Amino acid sequence: MKRIYPQEEVCMACRLCEVYCLVEHSLSRDPVKAYKKESPRPLARIRVEERGTLSFALQCRHCDEPPCVYACLTGALKKEAESGVVRVEAEKCIGCWTCILACPYGAIAMDTARGVVAKCDLCLHLSLPACVSRCPNEALVYLEGMDA
Amino acid sequence: MPRYLILGNSAGGIAACEAIREVDKKGSLALVSDEPYPAYSRPLISEYLAGECSLEKMLFRPQGFYAEKGVETFLGERAVRLDVRERLLHLERGQALPWERLLIATGASPFVPKIEGLGKKGVFTFTTLEDAEGIASSLGSVERGVVIGGGLIGISVTRALARRGVKVTVVELMDRVLSTILDEEGSRLAHEALLRAGVGVITGHTAKEVLGGEGVRGVILDNGEELPAELVIIAIGVVPRTELLRGTGIKVNRGILVDRYMSTSLPGVYACGDVAEAYDFVYGVDRLTPIWPNAYLGGRMAGFNMAGLKREYPGGTTMNSLTCFDLALASAGVVNPDQGYEVLSRLGDHTYEKLVLREGRLRGMILVGNIAKSGLIFGLMKDGVDVSGFKEALLKEDFGLASLPEEMRRERLRRNG
Repeated sequence: MKRIYPQEEVCMACRLCEVYCLVEHSLSRDPVKAYKKESPRPLARIRVEERGTLSFALQCRHCDEPPCVYACLTGALKKEAESGVVRVEAEKCIGCWTCILACPYGAIAMDTARGVVAKCDLCLHLSLPACVSRCPNEALVYLEGMDA
Repeated sequence: MPRYLILGNSAGGIAACEAIREVDKKGSLALVSDEPYPAYSRPLISEYLAGECSLEKMLFRPQGFYAEKGVETFLGERAVRLDVRERLLHLERGQALPWERLLIATGASPFVPKIEGLGKKGVFTFTTLEDAEGIASSLGSVERGVVIGGGLIGISVTRALARRGVKVTVVELMDRVLSTILDEEGSRLAHEALLRAGVGVITGHTAKEVLGGEGVRGVILDNGEELPAELVIIAIGVVPRTELLRGTGIKVNRGILVDRYMSTSLPGVYACGDVAEAYDFVYGVDRLTPIWPNAYLGGRMAGFNMAGLKREYPGGTTMNSLTCFDLALASAGVVNPDQGYEVLSRLGDHTYEKLVLREGRLRGMILVGNIAKSGLIFGLMKDGVDVSGFKEALLKEDFGLASLPEEMRRERLRRNG
């Protein structure tokens, strides 16, 4: 399946990926409204890590054997057979945060305001994930088979 | 294709069904459980009791799961005898189910101490939906409750009862609450969270007797103190349900012993979850780790092996993530180390972090208050990574994958689970 891979050599930590991930997962789909009017504020499901000049953006790897799915107490987290996407059904999530402990990438976000988790869903409804299309530097690429 | 039989309808049993069907779509697959419901998330019984969850929301898999996976179910049926020679499982109502690959995923039942008065109305244990239903329907006449046991189950049921307006007192035998998953500092923070929530906490004592006539009116502690109450919950611990294996010759310690392929000492019979002693990668031995994620992963590996796909269980360990009223807690591995371990810790206002290392590898962790990094750290622990080169960075506010040495970081980012 296609996954999103960070290219740290060209990432400058501008964080536009975080901004547009948040906007894509907002109600209004508008940056100003999403940040300033929606309450509680929607969450980005991608996180930029930065240390000196090193930076890269990281989201869910949609693992072949996802530890979060195996840890989920309610069955809210599922790996979809067709797309391979690991998706959270927010209505079933009780905010126990067991998946937070299970994910070795820290890729799942705690939406403490809503008491549920939030995570990358590969923007399957778009032709390209929002973070990939909005990155000014191609520091995020959407490719098949870059597995170790 | 072998006949598969699963005894147990919780995390382990369901995981095994899913794994078997990934490999073998045709073989006959049957599942037996003494509970009459479709598989539900056992930890959610506290949400149910708190009034925040219906059985519908608690279902672990959607309605139609069993039909879709081709699982023949025997729900609400108790297994009474396991015949390992004829390979038959005898049910209470008389049926004898044949098997060629059997999974014992019976879980654990509540430990009930020998104290007087347990037969009175208003005394409950707390491990099943039936328990939660029984307690919920009794709440009309309950003002005060005593919860015997300040561990995971005790704290969980206390939260639910507090949400229903019951004035709760927790009685814990050890000198601190949550003593198996927290250290002294962590327990202190949890204790304070309980007091902030209006919960009474008594440590270093236990209940000697339950008082009352037909119904409960209180408990007497070992120091003679009397606690008035209309509800008593026994939440001391759980005992693996191994009774069915008596006389079969299958090796049982406190739990059923299994190898790295989840097989018991008898080929063709597997075990997983709270009933099994499986490999713990921190302690390096087989032991009980009654934790939902371990039960699921163990059941998944058991299912693969039952269906002929050899897969090694990577091991589990104690791992818990919970919220004690307003305090988030994450804990894993060895948290109260003996000599020979290195301990790093950082205490903040309402936050606390502790890491336990040995020979450069993480063996235990406690995070209190801010648990967002818990998975990053647990991942390093699971993989046995030598963190000595960057151990101080682990405790810093900004710890992340970017803190790892370059090659280690690149390698982890290349993986897909």
